[in-house]
Amino acid sequence: MEYFLEIFLGGLTRGSIYALIALGYTMVYGIIQLINFAHGEIYMIGAFTALIVASVLTMLGLNTISILVLASIAAVIYASAYGFTVEKIAYKPLRHAPRLSALISAIGMSMFLSNYVLLAQTSDFLSFPNLIPELKFIEPYSHIIRSNEIAILVTTTAVMIVLTFIIKFTKMGKAMRATSQDREMAMLVGVDVNRVISVTFIIGSATAALGGVLIASHVGQINFYIGFIAGIKAFVAAVLGGIGSIPGAVLGSLILGWTESFATGYVSSDYEDVFAFIFLVLILIFKPSGILGRSESRAV
Amino acid sequence: MNKLNEIKKSFLASLWFMFLTFPIMVIRVNTVQKEIEWRWQNMFFVGISVFFLSFAWRFLFRQMASGRKTIEAGGLDKISLMQQIMNEPKMYYPILFAFTLFAATFPFIFNIYQVNIMTTALMYVVLGLGLNIVVGLAGLLDLGYVAFYLVGAYSYALLNYHFGLSFWLALPIGAFIGALFGILLGFPVLRMRGDYLAIVTLGFGEIIRIIMENWNEFSFGPSGIANIPRPGFFGIEFSLQGSIIFMYFFMICLTLFTIFIVNRLRNSRIGRAWVALREDEVACQAMGIDRTKTKLTAFALGATWAGMVGVIFAAKTTFINPASFTVWESITILCIVVLGGMGSIIGVIFGAFILILLPEYLRAFSEYRMVTFGAVLVIMMVFRPQGIVPDIRHRFKHQGSMVLGGKTKK
Amino acid sequence: MRKKHFKNLFLIILIFCLSGFFLFSCEKKEEATGPIKLGVAGAHSGDLASYGIPSINAAKLVVEEINAKGGVLGRKIELFIEDDACKPELATNTATKLISQQVHVVLGHICSGATKAALGIYKDSNIICMSPSATNPSLTQSGNYPNFFRTIASDDSQARLEVDFTLKELKVTKIAVLHDKGDYGKGLAEYVKQFLEESDKAEVVLYEGVTPNAVDYTAVVQKIKRSGAQAVIFGGYHPEASKIVMQMRKKNIDIPFISDDGVRDDTFIKVAGEYAEGVYATGPKDISTNPLAIAAVEAHKKVYGKDPGAFFLEAYSATLALLNAIEKAGSTDYEAVSKALRTELDGKIKFDERGDAIGVGFAMYQVQKSVYVEIK
Repeated sequence: MEYFLEIFLGGLTRGSIYALIALGYTMVYGIIQLINFAHGEIYMIGAFTALIVASVLTMLGLNTISILVLASIAAVIYASAYGFTVEKIAYKPLRHAPRLSALISAIGMSMFLSNYVLLAQTSDFLSFPNLIPELKFIEPYSHIIRSNEIAILVTTTAVMIVLTFIIKFTKMGKAMRATSQDREMAMLVGVDVNRVISVTFIIGSATAALGGVLIASHVGQINFYIGFIAGIKAFVAAVLGGIGSIPGAVLGSLILGWTESFATGYVSSDYEDVFAFIFLVLILIFKPSGILGRSESRAV
Repeated sequence: MNKLNEIKKSFLASLWFMFLTFPIMVIRVNTVQKEIEWRWQNMFFVGISVFFLSFAWRFLFRQMASGRKTIEAGGLDKISLMQQIMNEPKMYYPILFAFTLFAATFPFIFNIYQVNIMTTALMYVVLGLGLNIVVGLAGLLDLGYVAFYLVGAYSYALLNYHFGLSFWLALPIGAFIGALFGILLGFPVLRMRGDYLAIVTLGFGEIIRIIMENWNEFSFGPSGIANIPRPGFFGIEFSLQGSIIFMYFFMICLTLFTIFIVNRLRNSRIGRAWVALREDEVACQAMGIDRTKTKLTAFALGATWAGMVGVIFAAKTTFINPASFTVWESITILCIVVLGGMGSIIGVIFGAFILILLPEYLRAFSEYRMVTFGAVLVIMMVFRPQGIVPDIRHRFKHQGSMVLGGKTKK
Repeated sequence: MRKKHFKNLFLIILIFCLSGFFLFSCEKKEEATGPIKLGVAGAHSGDLASYGIPSINAAKLVVEEINAKGGVLGRKIELFIEDDACKPELATNTATKLISQQVHVVLGHICSGATKAALGIYKDSNIICMSPSATNPSLTQSGNYPNFFRTIASDDSQARLEVDFTLKELKVTKIAVLHDKGDYGKGLAEYVKQFLEESDKAEVVLYEGVTPNAVDYTAVVQKIKRSGAQAVIFGGYHPEASKIVMQMRKKNIDIPFISDDGVRDDTFIKVAGEYAEGVYATGPKDISTNPLAIAAVEAHKKVYGKDPGAFFLEAYSATLALLNAIEKAGSTDYEAVSKALRTELDGKIKFDERGDAIGVGFAMYQVQKSVYVEIK
């Protein structure tokens, strides 16, 4: 039973990690129907910024809490700035182009950003400091769950709630929903679509940066290539949950995390990804637009 | 006044990018020695280059916008240069002849390295044309195309290893097994659309690759299969150089064959059904087109070419392992199709040559190669979103009805 | 209309193809003068670049030194550096590029898969190829590549050392064997598993491949714990190794972790930090006390301002061996050079019939106070 619990919690952590990246993915998708391949890169840049800022601050001799706060803020600001700029350069001109062209542009951006970090920084793995302080009272349970993992769980939940709130109850959220349903119609009723899309990218990138800080301190190392793999996994999770839906992204991520974790725990990690993908195919056969996705009949 | 405004815009852009690139470009931290390296000169370079690049960027945008306006003003019948050439035998024949001459003499003018990468590019032309059936014509976004490529490569390698099958026998078998897998993938995804389809096909590609990595007894696992023989020709065994040149000519023939087939397919009943399916699935079914059959044939035919090129790939590299068949390979082929112009045969050929030859010729840039490549992809898409040579839809004009449309066109 | 075009095209092309074939004859000139061309191939970009770049530096240093002394056989040495990114399909392009540049010998490639793909091409062109790092056993043991040499021992001897060490020194009976599903890691793990089963002294309680680049390995780590393993042997590279070790230690699993020369890299210690303490890894025998090696490392520090990376010394000695053999053979002729490589070269290095360097082996290292220390 303890083994089951451990695997369950392991899957929960992994799922929450995917969710932090998938949330931004699904928001961007929801609004412009674009598979934003560069989203993983934004996450990577967030992690790199946090590492750089944290190292500089450590050398200045600040305490852990202020380093954590300042590094996270820097990561969020820079990731948002990158998200905003990427949208302006690579996606905005393609708004009326065929959808696949925007996809290729996103792939090109992803290659550009990861190799830009490779050139400007390094190709080696860098060790990422553990920014989350160890909490004393969970020390006895540290073989099951650690403060770092708790931080990931809490942040994911909080981000999901905040995003749902923004989308459901604010004016901006209303504008986002309108834009996602029908961009032209939204424009007609006076929604500043360009601004809405920019804001969506900024929010999505900010969550990715938060993910970058937390995941990097959980894993303990980063390099320029982490974004691509994370992006693919988050994409799978977002689709599984029904792409475009915020709770769906979280649910899809958790299911993906659990599937992988239980496959490894009870079968073999050799076929971890195979199980995950077979599960995905099965769900999509029975629910072709994801678990919580609305069924739509739009062509490609 | 206008100029001043331009300068102000560029200045702001360069300030913004200096801010943006500050942590990554300027600071480099050595976490072990606890040292910070400040590279202020990078900030300066970024500022200067962005200042000038933003002029170019806006200039190109204005060009594009005015271009679009003339198209709109000139109406729908704006014909691209390419099509003009295609329709004019006087232009078409000399160009074709020159091309043929070049293609035929290529291996005797250039060294074997050039011939070799040209063969690779031709392989991607065929792969691109195959994927073009699925993505360009039928509109099914397939991110797992590499799976069929893998299947083809492994069928030759394994059949040769166990039964000593020759290349020429393996070629149709590889194509057939590829088609079989295409149908196998096609069945579960019949109901899916758009990005759901993309993710399932991506998963399919990964599943096949992971199985190949893990199932040592069957596929020799990640260490792969070595010493796959290169093809002979009616019993003639070639030297290395001969074999590379032979491969080149063989690929030329196969490319022509593929172009021929795809071209015929596109104008066939099934080809029109694909295009109709891409445009509107519901209307298509209402017209009595069998959706299942149409989609499955698209998958199967696309996979056939991938299987065939897979066999050639195995024979060309003489060594295969699963690491050659990652998602990136699928993405590259997809880029070829979209960059070239979806559905367009000439476009795909151009796309393949650019995407495969460009990284080879960018070797001179060494470490800047991939950055340049990514940037080129973005710029190409931004300024030519419809692809290099976009597909031209067939229009059927009825002579008498011209005045009825309201707009009179010549 | 269209149909006709294509028919014509076909005909023309076919005629050209056929005539081309019969006119073509293979000709190759051997120049006895001019510079000696040394190709350097390997991963110089991409995620495995850190294994390939040191070999370029090594070749550059050796060539600079030898050219300063007047070259080999009175001929200068020229380097041709080409990247294969460790991909088999690119390696064939690299190999043909080097051949079209008419190189005489090649230093490389770095990864076993890429080497296998390129070797056939070199073999057909009678070019000797010497790798500083391709450790796959079949490269030399299959006998398929008489033109292949290497200055590093093969994986089976590495696996043998890992197994012997685990059984004799650590005296454990339950062992978990993990790998990263890659060419190198899984090949090694297969040997480890085979040797463990043959030895009959220990039981393989877990044999699994972990997904490379995954964000966390909690599930695998829990599985190790449940299997009751007393030691973990891992085949693969350092990024995965450091993640597994860190998560094991964080979950309070303090069993020995034994790995390979992909992990015996200083980056591993940098990344895993305190968690790296006590980790065992096999690596090429420590030759850093050898005067030649000291000189090589010093030269590297002087020119590049930092310590050389992985496989630097292997690449250095490989370059020296190749050039010495050419000197001894008196020409760049394939037969003469390969014969020279198989005979003693002034007491320096010698290769056996299969192409493995004689006397090169592995030793066990342990991380002690953040450095790898050889265990005698």
